[in-house]
Amino acid sequence: MTTDNVLIKVSDLKKNFGSLEVLKGISTEIKKGEVVVVIGPSGSGKSTFLRCLNRLEEPTGGTIELDGVDITDKKVNINKYRERMGMVFQQFNLFNNLTILKNITLAPVKLGIMGKKEAEEKAMSLLNRVGLADKAGAYPSQLSGGQKQRVAIVRALAMNPEVMLFDEPTSALDPEMVGEVLDVMRELARSGMTMVVVTHEMGFAKEVGTRVVFMDEGVIMEENTPAEFFANPKNPRLKDFLSKVLI
Amino acid sequence: MREHKISQKALAILIAAALVALVGSFVIPAFAASVDAAAQSGENAGIFASITEGFEKMKTDVYNVLIKDSNYKHITNGLGVTVKITLAALLIGLLLGFFVAIIRSTHDKTGKVKLLNAICKLYLTVFRGTPVIVQLLIIYYLWLGKMGVHENFAAIIAFGLNSGAYVAEIVRSGIMSIDNGQFEAGRSLGFNYFRTMVYIVMPQAIKNVLPALANEFIVLLKETSVASFIAVKDMMKGANALVGFTYNMNIPYLTVALIYLVMVLVLQKGVSLLERRLRNSDH
Repeated sequence: MTTDNVLIKVSDLKKNFGSLEVLKGISTEIKKGEVVVVIGPSGSGKSTFLRCLNRLEEPTGGTIELDGVDITDKKVNINKYRERMGMVFQQFNLFNNLTILKNITLAPVKLGIMGKKEAEEKAMSLLNRVGLADKAGAYPSQLSGGQKQRVAIVRALAMNPEVMLFDEPTSALDPEMVGEVLDVMRELARSGMTMVVVTHEMGFAKEVGTRVVFMDEGVIMEENTPAEFFANPKNPRLKDFLSKVLI
Repeated sequence: MREHKISQKALAILIAAALVALVGSFVIPAFAASVDAAAQSGENAGIFASITEGFEKMKTDVYNVLIKDSNYKHITNGLGVTVKITLAALLIGLLLGFFVAIIRSTHDKTGKVKLLNAICKLYLTVFRGTPVIVQLLIIYYLWLGKMGVHENFAAIIAFGLNSGAYVAEIVRSGIMSIDNGQFEAGRSLGFNYFRTMVYIVMPQAIKNVLPALANEFIVLLKETSVASFIAVKDMMKGANALVGFTYNMNIPYLTVALIYLVMVLVLQKGVSLLERRLRNSDH
């Protein structure tokens, strides 16, 4: 059916909010190890597309296959598939009542993926990787935005996901904190993680992306390698969009 | 050390409050009574003499009404019943309230459990829309009493059902106050709806509404005083009994008022300590 390299296959994905058509039929494939960067004007449906991938938004139509299994099938236990798809939110959404360490270990331990000790060791080594090991005992309110987002990335990674979904991970950050989060994402991409990133960071798309997707009005208008995408945009709407954003 | 200081301060506040209450509830009526007596007997005693006389009369009254024949037992035994009914009703109210709150917020969040939600809404409308005493009388005289259920038990059910309605709305407001992002983060990690609620949403929601829940407990304690309407031998009933056979209204009712006041003050102090604690751990 699918080539074994394809991790996520999206076919004719549709999403309506009431009478508003947000996604009008999206089809694409995401291969293992790919870093797909989704850009587009606000209201283009890019965040909705990302949130449909793990069914945080329930698609109205079409299918999403993860490793060949249609996860839009109502009989599928979506929770099992969400364990395999890490998600990072614009607003971080760290659990405010838990320490950083607890934030990271809660899901792996409670979902029975690893024991408490193993989860804590894994959490500490991941925190080390993002330079926040000293914050393990702190609470989210004691961290800066950039630190929170790095912890949020670690929390998702602690589940050993096969793909990471990023929903505008730097949009809520002060400008001086964007860099530290992008550094972590860059390092993650280099380690071979499959990533889908909705962002406005054109520099990141250019440098780290293996493919850039331009969405507008609920459809994919154009997708290409970063070099071609930025140097040779074909779609007039993309040309218009690129002329308006600073690169 | 800090804890010690707080409890000392709490004690001092309590004693001061009790004194103020004593002066307010006993001396003023006693004074009024004595002035009244003086006016009736045509004497023109000074205010000072009136107060002294008032105190003397009060002392005799207290002895005759409360101490003699261990009369106070009517009130102290009643206090035990009041406390038991309050605690049992609180337990029912909490269980019921949390259950209803979870159903209502699940409906608000997901649009599911429509029928259960409708039943819960009906329950809230009825129990929040009618006076507790009417509920008590209906539950006892039209339902449980007819089945031979003990009046104490009927009172527990009535106050539990009533309190549950208020607890439900308090807890629901707590759940709805938690940012939906917390919920989505839980779901995105692979937790199902129920586990996201238990591990992530409820701990934060409860923390936010703990003071409001404690206040509901205080309200409940006071409200149980109407249980005497269905012949529950609570503190109020004890006071009524004393009034009945001592022909003195002042001392029994004022004593009961004082006991309620002291209990409420203690609980309120507990609530404010709790609030301070929660604020200090505000993460």
